[in-house]
Amino acid sequence: MKLKTAVALAAVLSMLGASAMADSVDYTRSQISFVSRQMNVPVDGRFGKFTAQVAYDPKKPAASKAQIEVDLGSVDTGSSEADVEVGKKSWFNIASFPSAKFVSSSVKSVARDKLEVKGNLSIKGISREVTFPVSVRTAGGSSTFEGAFPLLRLQYKIGEGIWSDSETVADEVQVRFRIVTTGNK
Amino acid sequence: MQRYTRVAIGLHWMIALTIFGTFALGVYMHELPLSPTKLKLYSYHKWIGVTIFALVLFRLLWRLGHRPPSPPPSMPAWQQRAAAVTHVVLYALTLAIPISGWLMSSASGFQVVYLGILPIPDLLAKDKVLADQLKDAHEFLNISMLALVVLHSAAALKHHLLDRDDVLARMFPLVKPRSKNA
Repeated sequence: MKLKTAVALAAVLSMLGASAMADSVDYTRSQISFVSRQMNVPVDGRFGKFTAQVAYDPKKPAASKAQIEVDLGSVDTGSSEADVEVGKKSWFNIASFPSAKFVSSSVKSVARDKLEVKGNLSIKGISREVTFPVSVRTAGGSSTFEGAFPLLRLQYKIGEGIWSDSETVADEVQVRFRIVTTGNK
Repeated sequence: MQRYTRVAIGLHWMIALTIFGTFALGVYMHELPLSPTKLKLYSYHKWIGVTIFALVLFRLLWRLGHRPPSPPPSMPAWQQRAAAVTHVVLYALTLAIPISGWLMSSASGFQVVYLGILPIPDLLAKDKVLADQLKDAHEFLNISMLALVVLHSAAALKHHLLDRDDVLARMFPLVKPRSKNA
């Protein structure tokens, strides 16, 4: 009897836990894109597949949490030749590291509809702390989180060997995201 | 003998040599596997193309103000017409080829940034189908130019070696004019 109660309680708690991270994400309106620079030419790219878990409470922004996992194999670098190339060992090494992951550690409200999100970004087995501003727009029960941050690809060994030459492909890649959630149910 | 002006001669050979170089570069680079070298060569090829385009524009402006020497009177009318048409088409190609390359680059999603400094606006948005068509056009125009350059050079040599007139000498200061009052 006691055991059953404990199991039931655990189940309820885990559901609560899950629901706390469960604003549902509208993937058709969400996007993770980036701008790389090749020979100083900006080239647009994006990731077609990712999953995001966001829990946002406008009344308690500091309690917000976000976790995003990006399927690196879904990359569109802007050219089909490069799409194949970046899956290789010297770039993302998708065979060993199929995804990149961001897990927030703290969320601060810095101004009205402006957050500062800190967390860990792990790519290719390397985990680093990143901080970036996020703007929030809430309308009709859906929230749009938008932001951008510069990612230094060499810090994550994205592009090793001949590709570590940042004169050709710049070290800095501008990562942009837009996550649209339809709010807590 | 009336030569072309020094400026016209300088531009003719500068443009010719640059075209030979970047033509060879274009043929070579597009077979390369993706590497930083390939990205560099593509950029250099585009910068050279922009340079050729600017030089050709300047050359045409110069030509407007400086009439080229007229063909030798001994030249049959059909040859004079053929030479005039060849020259017009060559000028058109030296402009159309860089333009097709620029459009192809835009349609492929790569803006041309001249010398890595000056961004040249994209006239076309990214469009893969269009990019492939423009690539074919760029190739076709280049092959057409290759054929015309062969014809143009063969005609110049014919004038010099068979007709023994001054047509080559007036554009090529390294060869001795045939006429005595040069």
